[in-house]
Amino acid sequence: MPILVLVEHSQGTFKKKSFEAVQYAAHIAQSMGETVTAVATGTVAENELTALGNYGAQNVLHATDARLDNFSAKAYAKVLIEAAKQVNAKILITLHDTMGRAVAPRVAANLQAGMVAGAISYPDTNNGFVVKRSVFSGKAFANINISSAIKVITLMPNTFAVQKGEGSANIDKMDVAFDASDFAVQVQSVNKATGAIPLSEADLVVSGGRGMKGPENWYVLEELATELGAATACSRPVADSHWRPHNEHVGQTGGTIRPNLYIAVGISGAIQHLAGVNGSKTIVVINKDPEAPFFKAADYGVLGDAMEVVPRLTAAVKKFKQNS
Amino acid sequence: MKILVCISQVPDTTSKIAFTDNNSKFNAQGVTWIINPHDEWYALVRALELKESGIATAVHLVTVGKADVEPVIRKALALGGDEAIRIDADPEDPYTSAVQIAGYAESIGYDLILCGKESIDYNNGTMGAMLAELLSMNYIAFATKVDVAGSTATVSREIDGGEETDSCSFPLVISCQKGVAEPRIPNMRGIMAARTKPLKVVPAAAVNSLTNIVSFELPPAKSGVKMVDAENMDELVALLHREAKVI
Repeated sequence: MPILVLVEHSQGTFKKKSFEAVQYAAHIAQSMGETVTAVATGTVAENELTALGNYGAQNVLHATDARLDNFSAKAYAKVLIEAAKQVNAKILITLHDTMGRAVAPRVAANLQAGMVAGAISYPDTNNGFVVKRSVFSGKAFANINISSAIKVITLMPNTFAVQKGEGSANIDKMDVAFDASDFAVQVQSVNKATGAIPLSEADLVVSGGRGMKGPENWYVLEELATELGAATACSRPVADSHWRPHNEHVGQTGGTIRPNLYIAVGISGAIQHLAGVNGSKTIVVINKDPEAPFFKAADYGVLGDAMEVVPRLTAAVKKFKQNS
Repeated sequence: MKILVCISQVPDTTSKIAFTDNNSKFNAQGVTWIINPHDEWYALVRALELKESGIATAVHLVTVGKADVEPVIRKALALGGDEAIRIDADPEDPYTSAVQIAGYAESIGYDLILCGKESIDYNNGTMGAMLAELLSMNYIAFATKVDVAGSTATVSREIDGGEETDSCSFPLVISCQKGVAEPRIPNMRGIMAARTKPLKVVPAAAVNSLTNIVSFELPPAKSGVKMVDAENMDELVALLHREAKVI
């Protein structure tokens, strides 16, 4: 009974996080003596699919219907449900991102499968099937046991380092009998920031708070982000004041991120903000207030004015890159 | 058009998170309960706006819980809504709560079901999609804008690195986040009116949970901040490279 993993591509190219999901599935499969079948949707080239073997997929089930080129939670769920039935899968994995989070709960409800949303560990099968996830918006972790026969996991991106191996996956085409209602959600327009790194996928994040004083000062953070190859984020007051768009807001009522490096500039570190970012591996806090609570949650701290410190840091990063 | 808004009660955002019973249960002692912000600020307020503009004919609020959740559902009614429904069950896991709400929703027949993108306690964010599946409805997740014209909803939603605008006919389930509406504060008239609004208690359906929480853990404490001189950013870069190994 292979382990199924839903992979997602952008215009035919798989992203790093999909490789991470395949590799995660392969790790579980290996410990159980099973194989991995990736499930792909829509128009994607054969060589892209066979290359999923590099990350541990033995097989690919490819639902080729071109209507799947636009995302529909209902249709994608149907593909995964049909695939699970076809190969009698007991473990199904998607990413914990905007796509996986819309699809996986549908699949779980349909198959009466227990689900762990946003897994940050491999399942522990010594006593049941226990997976760790973050709860209370990052203030704690919970170990969840799935007791049903079929199990669904959404994997938090950026949890495991991706390592490319060798291998080539077999492709089987899959026909799914859709009805019109599966595609009732029609895409009218897509607006993607070109060139910018999506916050949810970024390894490095530069974030600003009220201490930045106003949107006109954001250029210093953007210059640092560009130099580092980082995404930009902000605190809630900044998004509420419309200094920055809502999708950059991280914290308890915004997004939760887990980058390798989180640089917080002019953010005091309210508990609600920390909740969204304390999964970051390394936290740097730049603040001119020595009493800012964020320093207590930081790995590295710099006491100083953002408009002076940040350009200096940008210059230091530039110098470092030239010398390495 | 009838709208159902799913409401969850959660600990206030400033609550201290602690556990009892050998770290297997959340310690609710001294916790102030609030309406889950995503349910209140976005899903509920947008439903009320649709009623005020004459598009919706009825707005019902539903929650799953024992009698102790009634103060929070009354608070929600103080913002607006015609009636509330409490399904008399312990919310054991996301699946059982979805089955409870889906059963009730099916008996009434709603055109639009709104919920928050996730609760701020367990952060599953699975309610909308599970309801949609159990009710064979379409689902749009993480909406940032919800407009209704005739029998069609036009919804902007967050996607990786941007935004997409979708349209879909009813019935439909939408999970809402920031952007959908602006938070409101209940006024005295609303609070008075909420006292006499109907709060129906519906018996629980028989359903078994599929997951259980084995234990909780608190994140390990940071070992202490290392301060770097503001004049010496070369040192910070060196530390991030050699010690933290992140650049």
